[in-house]
Amino acid sequence: MTEAATLPDPFEEVAPPRGRSGAAAWTTWLLRRLGLAVLTLWLVSVLVFVATTALGDPVRAILGRDYNSNPGRVAQLEAQLNSNDSLVSQYFSWLGGLLTGDPGTSLANQQPVWGQISGSVVNTLVLMLLAAVVMIPLAFGIAMISAHYRRRRPDTVIQTVLLALAGVPEFVTGILLVALFSTSVFHIFPAVTIDSPGGHPWDVPKGMVLPVATLVLAVTPYVSRIVRATLLDVLDSDYVELARLKGIPEPVVMRKHALLNAIVPGIQVIALQLAWLAGGVVLVETLFAYPGVGRQLVDSVRNHDVPMVQALSMIIAAVYIVVNLVADVLSILLTPRARTAISS
Amino acid sequence: MATTQATPPGPASGGGLVVEDLGVTLTGRPADVVDDIDLVLHPGEVVGLVGESGSGKTTVGTSLLGYSRAGALISSGKVLLEGRDVLQLPWKEVRQLRGEEIAYVPQDPASALNPSIRIGKQLVELLELRGIGTAESRRQGARDGLAEVGLPNDDEFLNRYAHQLSGGQVQRVALAMAFLPKPKVLVLDEPTTGLDVTTQKMVLDTMAELCRAYGVSALYVTHDLAVVANIADRVAVMYAGQIVELGPRDAIFAKPMHPYTRALLDSIPHLSQARALTGIPGRTPAPGARPGGCRFNDRCSFAVDACRAEVPQLRTLEAGHEVRCLRTDEIGLWDINLGNVPDADPDRARDVILSVEGLDVFYGRKQVVHDVTFDLAKGEVVALVGESGSGKTTISRCVGGLHRDWKGTIAFEGRELAASARKRSAEDRRRVQYIFQNPYLSLNPRLTIEQIIRRPMELFGLAKGKQATDRVLELMEQVALGPGMLHYQASRLSGGERQRVAIARALAAEPDVMICDEITSALDVSVQGSIVSLLEGLRKERGISMLFVTHNLALVRSIAARVEILQAGRVVEEGSVVTVMETPQRDYTRNLLANSPRID
Repeated sequence: MTEAATLPDPFEEVAPPRGRSGAAAWTTWLLRRLGLAVLTLWLVSVLVFVATTALGDPVRAILGRDYNSNPGRVAQLEAQLNSNDSLVSQYFSWLGGLLTGDPGTSLANQQPVWGQISGSVVNTLVLMLLAAVVMIPLAFGIAMISAHYRRRRPDTVIQTVLLALAGVPEFVTGILLVALFSTSVFHIFPAVTIDSPGGHPWDVPKGMVLPVATLVLAVTPYVSRIVRATLLDVLDSDYVELARLKGIPEPVVMRKHALLNAIVPGIQVIALQLAWLAGGVVLVETLFAYPGVGRQLVDSVRNHDVPMVQALSMIIAAVYIVVNLVADVLSILLTPRARTAISS
Repeated sequence: MATTQATPPGPASGGGLVVEDLGVTLTGRPADVVDDIDLVLHPGEVVGLVGESGSGKTTVGTSLLGYSRAGALISSGKVLLEGRDVLQLPWKEVRQLRGEEIAYVPQDPASALNPSIRIGKQLVELLELRGIGTAESRRQGARDGLAEVGLPNDDEFLNRYAHQLSGGQVQRVALAMAFLPKPKVLVLDEPTTGLDVTTQKMVLDTMAELCRAYGVSALYVTHDLAVVANIADRVAVMYAGQIVELGPRDAIFAKPMHPYTRALLDSIPHLSQARALTGIPGRTPAPGARPGGCRFNDRCSFAVDACRAEVPQLRTLEAGHEVRCLRTDEIGLWDINLGNVPDADPDRARDVILSVEGLDVFYGRKQVVHDVTFDLAKGEVVALVGESGSGKTTISRCVGGLHRDWKGTIAFEGRELAASARKRSAEDRRRVQYIFQNPYLSLNPRLTIEQIIRRPMELFGLAKGKQATDRVLELMEQVALGPGMLHYQASRLSGGERQRVAIARALAAEPDVMICDEITSALDVSVQGSIVSLLEGLRKERGISMLFVTHNLALVRSIAARVEILQAGRVVEEGSVVTVMETPQRDYTRNLLANSPRID
C-alpha cells in the first residue's frame, strides 16, 4: 500500500506531454525518411547493376552473333564498359559516375547518356504532372458525387463506367481516343506528338491533349474508387452524423468533414499511380510517339544499350521513391494524430 | 391520444417541445421502428428516455431534430417547437433549426468529434456558417463555453485535436458545442456511456447545471435508469418502439407500475446492499418481429392470456404518471429491496489459489503499476476497481499472461507463473481463462458458435468428436443459449449473447480462475444483470474463482467478496467488500462511492 492519493481534480486534466521542440522532432524524422530513401535507391542501384552487368556478359549480349566474328569490336566494347575489371570495381566506377552526374556513354551513338536522357526525363515529368493536375481534382470530384448518391442510380452508373475504364488497357483507350478525336470521327487533335528538334512536345499544346487524356483515363478510376470507398466509411461516422445534426449544410459536411478525412488514402493511391506512370507510360509514349523516358527505355533495351538502360532504370526508381516520400509526408501532415505523434 | 390530454398542459408558447404521435418506419419493409410516441419537454426540464438496445430510444431522440438514420423514415406525427412542426418544415428551415434551436450531443466520445479539425474551429463552425457574431465574438463565445463546462480555454486548448483529449473532455467539448448557439432543446444520446463514474458524474452535473441556467429542455437517452435517477425531472421508459411508462422521477423509482420498468430496476445493482441481480429473459424484439397484444408479453412474468390478445393503451394512473399495461391493478406494489441478499461474509475462511505479490508493470520505460499485492481464494470473486488508467486491466492482463513486461510474483497454487502465456504450461493456461471486455471484438467472426466453444476442448485435449459437441450443447445451456444457435456466426448474436459465448468458451477449458475484464461494460444494464447472475451460479456450483475488473462499485457489492481499489497503478484501499464500502478509509474510495449513480 502506498501513500493515500487524493482524487485528482478532473477539471485540471494535464496537457498532453510535450517532448522535444516540434521543429527538431520533424527534422529528425525527415532526415530518417530521407536516409531510408537513399538506402532504397542504393539497393536499386545494386539490383540494376547486377541485372544488367553481372549476370552474363553484356558484351556478348550486345553483339549477339557478331561476338565470335568481330574480335576488334569485342575489345572496343570491353574497353568502353571496363568489363575486364572486377565486378566490384565496375560497380563503384559506375556508381561514382552516377553520383557525379556522368552515367556513362551510350553504346548506340557514342553520345553521353545524360545529354540524351535529360530531355526525355523532363518530357515525361511534364506529361506526368499534367496528367496529375487534371486527374486529382477529377478523381476527387467524381468520388464525392458518387459518394453523395451512394448506391443510387448516378453512383451505380459512375462506378460501372469507372470499372470498365479500369479494365481497358490504356493503349486501347488511347487508340479509341485517336480514332474518335483524330482520325475517324473528328479531326480535332493530332494523333501523334509533334516533336521538333530542339523544341518541346508541349510547344504544340494540341498534341498533348490525347496523351494526357489517355493517362488520366487510365489512372482516375483507381483513385476515384478508393476515395469513394473511404468517403462512404467517413460519411457513416459519428462525427459526420453530429455535423448533420448540428445543422451543417450537406456540401460543407462533404467538403470539410468528410473529404478531409478521406484524403489520406487518396494520396497514397495517387502516389502509387503517379509512380507507375513514371515507368509505365511506355505504351502511351510509344502510341503517341511522345519523346519520353518510356519510349527511350524501349529503344535502349532493343539496342542493348546497357549504360542507357541502367541510367533510365535509376531515374524511374528515383521518381518512384520521391513520389512515395512526398505522399508519406503529405499523409502525415494531413493526419493530426500522426502529426502530433511526431512533434511530441 | 390519451397521452396528449393526460400530460400537463403543454408549452403552447415560450420554449419546450411537444411530440405528438410520432412514428418511424423502416424504408425497406413496412415495419415500425417506433410508433405512438407522445412526449412533452417543458422549458428547463430534463426528461430521461430509458430502454434497452433496440427499443428505439435513439430513433426518437434524433427524430426531434427531424433526422432519421439511413434505412428509416419518419412516417407520422408532429414535433412541435413553439407552434412550428419540425417534421413539416422545408428541409432548409429544419437545417437552420438544428444546432441553433435543437442541439444534439452524441454517444461515443471516441468518435464524436472530427479528428481532422481543431477543437476551437469545430466549436465555432456552426456560428461561422450562419454568420452569427464576429470572428472575435465567436472565439470568445467558445472560450466562455469551455469555461462553463470546466475545461481550459486558452489558445493551446482551442488548437488541440480530438485525440489529444480524454473521453470526458470530448464529451464536455460536445456539450459546450451544443450549448454555444443557445438552443432551446437539447437531445443527449447516452453521452456518458464508456466514461468512468467520476467523469460521468461531472458530465451529468455540467449538463444539468447548464439546462437550469439557460432554461433548456433536455431529452436524455440512456439504457441505465440509475444514470437519470439524479438528473431527470421525468422519466419515459421505452420498450420495442413504444413508451410503456412515463412519469415524474419519484413516481418511476418509487412506484414503477410497468413490469418492464420493474425488471429494469431489478437489474440495477445497489451500493448499499448486495442483490441477486436478475436480467430480463429473452431479447428486445426487432422491428417487424414484435409480438401481438402487449409487446412485452413474451418476456413478462405477469403476462396472462389477455396480454397476448389485447393491445394495451397508455393509461393515466395519477397526475402525469402513465402506464401501458393491462394489469396495473393486479400486479401489486414493487419493493426496491426485493432482490436483496446478504453481503458476502467477510469472515469466511479463505483458501488462496492465486496470489500476486509486489507486481510492477511497465510499458516500455514507463512504469504503470507499482507494487501491487493481493490474492484470490477458491470460489471467491475479487474485484479490481478504479477509474480509466488506474491499471486494473493491465494487472489482469499480467495475471492472464497477456502482458509480459512485469516484475514481482504471480503464483498459482503456490507455483510461480511465467510472465507470458506462451511460456506457461498448457495446464496453467487451461486453468486460468480470460474473458474480454468487448464481445463484439473477442469472437472470431468467421467461426460458428460451436467452433468457438469447441476450440479450447480440442486445444487442451479435453474432448473431441461427438463428445465435444455434447459438451458444447451442455455449456450453451448453462449460459442460457439455445441449441439453435450452434451453427450461427457471432454476427447474428446480440451483445449479451456474444458475451455468453465468450463465457462458455472460457468454461470449456474447465478453468479454476476466470479473469473477467469489464465484461459487462459494453452491455445494457438488463443484460449485465443476467450475466452477473450467471457468473454467481458458476461460482457457487463449480467453485470457480474470479478476478472481476470493473469501474462500477455497485456491481462490486453484488458480485464480489473482496475489493482492491486502484488509483494510478497502486492499490489505495483493499478489504472485504462490506468493510470497504461501509467504512471507506480513503478519500479516493469515498469519492468513487459518491460519484456512483444510485437508485437506492
